[in-house]
Amino acid sequence: MKINNVILRTVSKVVVFIILTLAIYLFLSGHHSPGGGFIGGLVMASALVLLFIVYDIETVQKAIPVDFKKIAAFGALLAVGTAFGSIFFDVPFLTQSFAYFDLPFFGKTELTTVTIFEAGVALVVVGVVVTIILSISEDV
Amino acid sequence: MNNVLVMPMIIPVIAGILLIFLRPYIKLQRWVSFLVMIVNAGIAVYLLNRIQTEGILRLDFGGWEPPYGILFVADSFSVILVLTTSIVTAICLLYAFSSVGKAIENMYFYSFVNFLIAGVNGSFLTGDLFNLYVCFEIMLLASYVLITLGGRKAQLSESVKYVVINVVSSWVFLIAIAYLYGTVGTLNLAHLSERIAESGQTPLLTVISIVFLTVFALKAGLLLYFWLPGAYSVPATAVAALFGALLTKVGIYAMIRIFTLLFYHEPSVTHTLIGILAGLTLIGGSIGAIAYKDIRQIVAYNVIIAVGFILVGLAIGTQAALEGSIYYLIHDMIVKALLFLLAGTMIVVTGETRIDHMSGLIRNYPSLGWIFFIVMLSLAGIPPFSGFIGKVLIGQGAIETGSYILLALAFISSMFVLYSLLRIFLNSFWGETIISKEDKVPMKKGWIIPCMLLSGGTIVLGLGVEAIAPYVLDAANTLMNPQLYIDAVLNRN
Repeated sequence: MKINNVILRTVSKVVVFIILTLAIYLFLSGHHSPGGGFIGGLVMASALVLLFIVYDIETVQKAIPVDFKKIAAFGALLAVGTAFGSIFFDVPFLTQSFAYFDLPFFGKTELTTVTIFEAGVALVVVGVVVTIILSISEDV
Repeated sequence: MNNVLVMPMIIPVIAGILLIFLRPYIKLQRWVSFLVMIVNAGIAVYLLNRIQTEGILRLDFGGWEPPYGILFVADSFSVILVLTTSIVTAICLLYAFSSVGKAIENMYFYSFVNFLIAGVNGSFLTGDLFNLYVCFEIMLLASYVLITLGGRKAQLSESVKYVVINVVSSWVFLIAIAYLYGTVGTLNLAHLSERIAESGQTPLLTVISIVFLTVFALKAGLLLYFWLPGAYSVPATAVAALFGALLTKVGIYAMIRIFTLLFYHEPSVTHTLIGILAGLTLIGGSIGAIAYKDIRQIVAYNVIIAVGFILVGLAIGTQAALEGSIYYLIHDMIVKALLFLLAGTMIVVTGETRIDHMSGLIRNYPSLGWIFFIVMLSLAGIPPFSGFIGKVLIGQGAIETGSYILLALAFISSMFVLYSLLRIFLNSFWGETIISKEDKVPMKKGWIIPCMLLSGGTIVLGLGVEAIAPYVLDAANTLMNPQLYIDAVLNRN
């Protein structure tokens, strides 16, 4: 069944970018204020799910040709890997560290290892949510 | 730095994740998983010896000192169980190589076995109550996948029950944790123990301890075992062996830990209740073990009898009885895995699940028959095998405290174990063979070698009790003296 959803398609082309921007904002603000990898990942996944609903699964998978199970696994590897990294510096497992750098354009910026961990969490959330949605939709 | 403490949990996690990327390379997956278990066993031996010289070890994650951060604590009790888990899993994996089949192996089977072991080891090592919950969940999530892999109708119907029961019990677990946190304001086990001792285990705390008892009773199959025989008889043999050997034991571990470290002030309430539950479990398990003719049911009810038996030791709660429980716990992990592997092999070679439909197997497969004979003697507690020492020590503890009813139930249940297995032996191994020469399924080396290794394990454990005695003594000593644990964690020695 082909439904004519021009309005939905046109709106979501813009809205997806707004959602993705919000996702990245939430992800980066997570260190000191509400937000973080989990919630950023969920918002990012919701943008992808919107695409899956508006266009069909095949079209989106052609545009984003990745296996979301692998994305989830890569995220988990990243998160566990940063935790594991502390072992090589002879500090307790899961220790985090941070430092301030003067980056061009951004000015004085705090860079921390937690961000890498959070990126892993975000990828796991995106991968898992999209995989769940896709497998449910396949069943119907 | 004690970073090595986290290895038994984190190596399987990393291996499990990497194996997702190595999906097409099944051979590599097999040997990576096997190697992980061997490495874990090595780490456990190293830790066990360090604990004897340096005392209880701990690792504060991220450098957050207890009681503020979360931590892993390794005492002899938990590391002994990590060691046994690693060895039993390695052998069950060997069996899985030639039995589960490509279709299941390809569905991330080895990844989930690794995650399961990560959860089990994490539960043993954690020193934080909420972390215990998290590790339980890791283990359970992996087990949900493993129980349904294959997707047969029976598996799906049993797994629905299994998942619902475990989700409900996890929810009760969370509520119990919330109650306890609301009452004493900490989740660190050592800190909890100290605070509960200060307030003297008020009636409120005793009630909370009963909520914990309910949760762990569901997980361990203590009286609330109605879900167990069905759930353990549907998955692939190697998975059933892992479940039978490990999953209920984690519940038992948690129960022993909670009721020796936290709620040990009111034994007349809590430990009496555990004793009653253990007694009823022994009765129910014994009836179940002789009531069925389906070999998988008989084996599953044998798991339940062992749960009751081990917790008799906790209910009595003397040094000897706890030592007995620890010995029996180790013994039961090895022997239950073996029993499940044997039952699975018998079903594969005959194509039958009912014992009265099998006959004369010992003529076709003599080694299988003799191994079954060994496991029968071992479970009944005949001396050269490993079941003996645990039974003797629990019996000694029961006599010391005058718990004659538990003593009688425990030993009568051993007779029922012997009878239920003898029935399998008489029906299935003796008599005229039903398998003709042409139809005979050849016994694969991959089936019989793991069984031989495990039966070797029960003999070695039985004869080599002297060698592990100091470790078990230390483990029981720590359980009897919670102050040792508290001092090691909170650093006030």
